[in-house]
Amino acid sequence: MSVEKKRVPFRWVAVGIAVVALLLAGVVSYYASAHPDGLEYVAGKTGFLDSASEHGAADGPLADYDTSGVDNERLSGGLAGVIGTVVVLVVAGGLALLVRRRSTGSSDEA
Amino acid sequence: MHVPDGFLDAPTSIATGAVAVVAVGVALRGARRELDDKTAPLAGLVAAFVFATQMLNFPVGAGTSGHLMGGALAAVLVGPWTGVLCVSVVLIVQSLLFADGGITALGTNILLMAVTTVLVGWLVSRVLIKVLPKRVGLVAPAAAIGAFLSVPAAASVFTALYAVGGTADISLTTLATAMLGWHTVIGLGEGAITFLAVGAILSVRPDLVYAARGVIAERDLVIKPKESVA
Repeated sequence: MSVEKKRVPFRWVAVGIAVVALLLAGVVSYYASAHPDGLEYVAGKTGFLDSASEHGAADGPLADYDTSGVDNERLSGGLAGVIGTVVVLVVAGGLALLVRRRSTGSSDEA
Repeated sequence: MHVPDGFLDAPTSIATGAVAVVAVGVALRGARRELDDKTAPLAGLVAAFVFATQMLNFPVGAGTSGHLMGGALAAVLVGPWTGVLCVSVVLIVQSLLFADGGITALGTNILLMAVTTVLVGWLVSRVLIKVLPKRVGLVAPAAAIGAFLSVPAAASVFTALYAVGGTADISLTTLATAMLGWHTVIGLGEGAITFLAVGAILSVRPDLVYAARGVIAERDLVIKPKESVA
């Protein structure tokens, strides 16, 4: 434990992961392949892609990773990606905080 | 591999839904042992990273693409139970907000991408870490191999589900061959991304990587007596 030289503070690691995730979802996602994914491709080739029915949330404001009302393609997809990343961070992080074992007593970290 | 509504019949979807509810319920209990004040925020960040990376479809040739599933990655970074929860949250948000993955297929998608990939990714990487020499540098390769295998495993589970409750009359042999073939290639991408992500965290804070905990503890035990001699 004390063998480490100088530890990168947890806060930096957290900020680093968040920034990378936001950049990937907000910027890099624009350059992602638009080809169907493995399952969709196989479904098309094998002949059961037609059995897919309309998605119940297909008319939602963020459906198919496009923000409705935003015309610029790059912006629309990027914004949807950023919103999704933040929503997942809040929901998953919140859930984890609820589930975690609390440190006994009131030992505040900061 | 997000399954849309309609691929599987209602009984199969209800069955996978029930399995998913039980799996998430068990994971909620199990995650308690993995999560503390520091790893809880990390779990949120890992889920956000998995969501972002799932948007990045990479080409795998012949007009097909693949993307990270992230079960192995999440399990290695924050623990298997928490990993199931992380990927499940990603899948629920994708389905409800982005119309990605059918709502009636949510149970199926959780079973495929949260449960199967975590299970296979975690078990394979854990066995490798146990068997291989206890070196931090071997944790990322072990995670990558687990991640690689988790993708064809999920494809196999989909094929099995389709054999039970597929709505179209197709050749199951053709389906199995195509699913396994393509997803073995996609698995290489899964392994590469997992290797890079786990390697990056290991290089700055190995103590934050759940699967590396045993390795670090044993390494400390080796180092200390040497220091007391010198």
